[in-house]
Amino acid sequence: MGERMFIEGNVAVAYGASVAGCQAFFGYPITPQNEITEWFAREFPKMGRVFVQTQSELGSINMLYGAAATGVRAMTSSSSPGWSLMQETVSDLANAELPCVIVNVQRGGPGGGPIRHAQQDYFQCTRGGGHGDYRNIVLVPASSQECCDLTQLAFYLADKYRNPVIVMSDAIVGRLRETVEVEKIEFGSLPGKDWAVSGKGKHRDGERRVVEHSGDLFGRYSSYHSLLQSLDEKIKRMQEAELRYEDYKAEDASLILVAYGYTARVAKEAVNLARSAGIKAGLLRLITAWPFPYEVIRQKACLGSNFLVVEDSLGQLVEDVRIAVEGNSDIGMVNILDRHMLTDGGMILPDRVLAKIEEMSRA
Amino acid sequence: MTRERIVAKPRLLVPQTAGFVYCPGCHEPLVAKAIAEVLDELEMGDSAVGVFDIGCSSFLLGILDIDSVLGPHGRPPDMATAIKHIYPNNVVFTVQGDGGLLSIGADPLMGALARAEKITIIMINNAVYGTTGGQMAPTSLAGQKTTTTPGGRDVSKHGFPVHAAEMIATFKGTAYSVRCAVNNPYNYGQTRECLKTAFAKQMRGVGLSFVEVLSACPSNWHLSPADALRWIEEGLMLEFPLGEFKNVDKIE
Repeated sequence: MGERMFIEGNVAVAYGASVAGCQAFFGYPITPQNEITEWFAREFPKMGRVFVQTQSELGSINMLYGAAATGVRAMTSSSSPGWSLMQETVSDLANAELPCVIVNVQRGGPGGGPIRHAQQDYFQCTRGGGHGDYRNIVLVPASSQECCDLTQLAFYLADKYRNPVIVMSDAIVGRLRETVEVEKIEFGSLPGKDWAVSGKGKHRDGERRVVEHSGDLFGRYSSYHSLLQSLDEKIKRMQEAELRYEDYKAEDASLILVAYGYTARVAKEAVNLARSAGIKAGLLRLITAWPFPYEVIRQKACLGSNFLVVEDSLGQLVEDVRIAVEGNSDIGMVNILDRHMLTDGGMILPDRVLAKIEEMSRA
Repeated sequence: MTRERIVAKPRLLVPQTAGFVYCPGCHEPLVAKAIAEVLDELEMGDSAVGVFDIGCSSFLLGILDIDSVLGPHGRPPDMATAIKHIYPNNVVFTVQGDGGLLSIGADPLMGALARAEKITIIMINNAVYGTTGGQMAPTSLAGQKTTTTPGGRDVSKHGFPVHAAEMIATFKGTAYSVRCAVNNPYNYGQTRECLKTAFAKQMRGVGLSFVEVLSACPSNWHLSPADALRWIEEGLMLEFPLGEFKNVDKIE
């Protein structure tokens, strides 16, 4: 049994990283993720691990590049505008095949936007965000417990694939306080990090190590083509092996809700209300936003289910659902314009979702 | 009679079997050689981690036989910071151009200076962007013709040359800031001494150490290698005087 604590999702991320053996954290202040940075600032020096308050998110992500080049488990966290600022280096990390974890506690956009909750970074997180061909695994926690557990998983997957892994939460999941059991999860063995820099005297073969982001300049790959081929194979391996989702009463559902993060909890509540009213609704809750369950949704679409996407944006996740159903189903949406208040404190609440479920069931 | 090794090819240089990447008359390989000799002499080759920047300084990745890192343009001080925090007993240094450090890299430079990171930054000042074909750099001289200042750098429009070594010396957390050159054997020897001092300051944990090296770029200056040597003395050195701007053993 791990220690039970009553903590915010943001703090749970930090505990997850800590028990996963994260050795270095780099962060710049931005709301609504400051609890993460402050936790590391307070706890890591006591543990003899590295914390640096950076001069900008550019500093955070590039220190992460340097730390990842040494092979230690390292992490940064930010929120939407800071995550935008990081994108060039996220692309570099993918090319250099450096394992690391980046947490994005989403807030509203575009631009400065409000500092409160939103889910508008779906495209940016799942499509890479930076330039060039790459994909990152995107884990989307919906509770404090998942913040802790998926952060641990993120470190494991980063090492497994030598690829950045994104933990994408939102201001509600990040600031929600829940009971969490902090327990180190064993995921299995991993390959060594013989490629990492440490000073060549530390390498058994006495040969130097080079970490770079071109792929073919210094012998990592024989050509640009072989780099791309390898990245393509890696993307396919991640797609095949790392898809995660929760099927909640979707088995016999004629209307399946699709959601992640805080809106998935709202959607689950709406499904319960609908079931009580005799409507066969279910929920497909994403745990990975990438890889995406295209095939799962396609099969359910072929069996006659319709879909209702619940997301706190103008409509990003809905496009993946549209791709998945291949025109076979009706797709409805409850989005950011359906919030219960017009201020930035407005949320998508279960009654709005239920109303949409009822409307779609009557049609 | 015992024979003593007094001169040899530096051990920390990677054999250039696929040809030499530098333009004729370029001074960067001299800077690389000086770094290799100094690291060897200080027996730091096994612990050194070099972080190089996009631009001509990225060629050092294929020249210096040490653990090396290359990442996004302008960011080496950030990467070096992280590596130094993780491996405090290793000597960690960056090699960057003037554009990479003073223009796109101003954010990581200021960050490292403000935090007084125990790293060494080596800046090669050739008064232009080299790899991209000779555009105006922060260090381009007043009146200097570049591909983006075809009529010469007009200081009323383009501002004035940036003096890195002087600026960096003003930071409290700087232990050592110096400008040197490799345009003749004497200056080359001085540059070696400066690098030794810079690495020593880092390993004694005094503060950030900075070495600026004036460097010829005949290709982008459109000068012969011999004329480029003359322009270092008659152009660059008039704007950028050689010398130590800070050298302290303790910062309180």
